Amino acid sequence: MLYGIAFYLFAMVLVGSAIAVITAKNPVHSVLFLILAFFNAAGLMVLLGAEFIAMLLVIVYVGAVAVLFLFVVMMMDVSFADLRSGAMKYVPIGVVVGGVLLFELVIIYSGWKFSDAMELANPNDISLTNTEALGHILYTKYFFIFQMSGLVLLVAMIGAIVLTLRKRSGVKRQKIYEQVNRKASDVIEIHKVTPGTGV
Amino acid sequence: MIGLLEIGMAHYLTLAGVLFTVGLFGVFLNRKNLIVILMSIELMLLSVNINFVVFSSYLNDLTGQVFSMFILTVAAAEVAIGLAILVAFFRNKNSIEIEEVSSMKG
Repeated sequence: MLYGIAFYLFAMVLVGSAIAVITAKNPVHSVLFLILAFFNAAGLMVLLGAEFIAMLLVIVYVGAVAVLFLFVVMMMDVSFADLRSGAMKYVPIGVVVGGVLLFELVIIYSGWKFSDAMELANPNDISLTNTEALGHILYTKYFFIFQMSGLVLLVAMIGAIVLTLRKRSGVKRQKIYEQVNRKASDVIEIHKVTPGTGV
Repeated sequence: MIGLLEIGMAHYLTLAGVLFTVGLFGVFLNRKNLIVILMSIELMLLSVNINFVVFSSYLNDLTGQVFSMFILTVAAAEVAIGLAILVAFFRNKNSIEIEEVSSMKG
């Protein structure tokens, strides 16, 4: 009973904020609605018994991805009102494609038989929490994929740095190699100055 | 009323389907605004994540949750790269309109 109410609450706020993300005029509002959507999705994950994924959603999506979006939106100095002009031109084809997709999904789902009993994840060993059980298989069975995903993140990090790094002219910066290699004999000259003659 | 409040797998799958459709529609609705398109892609990935977790929960198999974590990783990487490309593009063209992305057209 309470579960059902919680589900409908989370689901409705999730879909509502998702619609607000794509229709908001100001991209900053879009990002804030995206954060709301992620929080509600995290709530749904908790309902499903996947606490670790829920916390991961909050940390990774809200803490990193949404903040990244916010940074970029605020960094860009573009008129977002201009970007919306002519947007309605594409609504019909969007409705058609989205409608076809939704129709296909409904067809697929309605062909399935679902059992009413909804059981929570990893009930086989009650003593293990969700996070513990995930760790047990993540670091054994899926260890290779785990490391590959670390590699994906490394490539993403280096790629993002390479893409956004730029050398600007006229900026004073340190040249460590030259500074360290500077010797006193290269830059200092000692002159014997006799009085009255100058250098 | 009580029957309506009994939540099964179908409810979650329908929700994920609706969310995916909203994300797809967002790509069409914001054809010019690259940032909102990236956000729509995030919504679609979120709905896929929900599907994975629902199946994992329903089938008593944690593999779905592990894969959900990998999707999360890929989504974070994708956003980082996508926004980096967006920033580089904005510096060159001073605009983030998709229609301007035609330099590689023959």
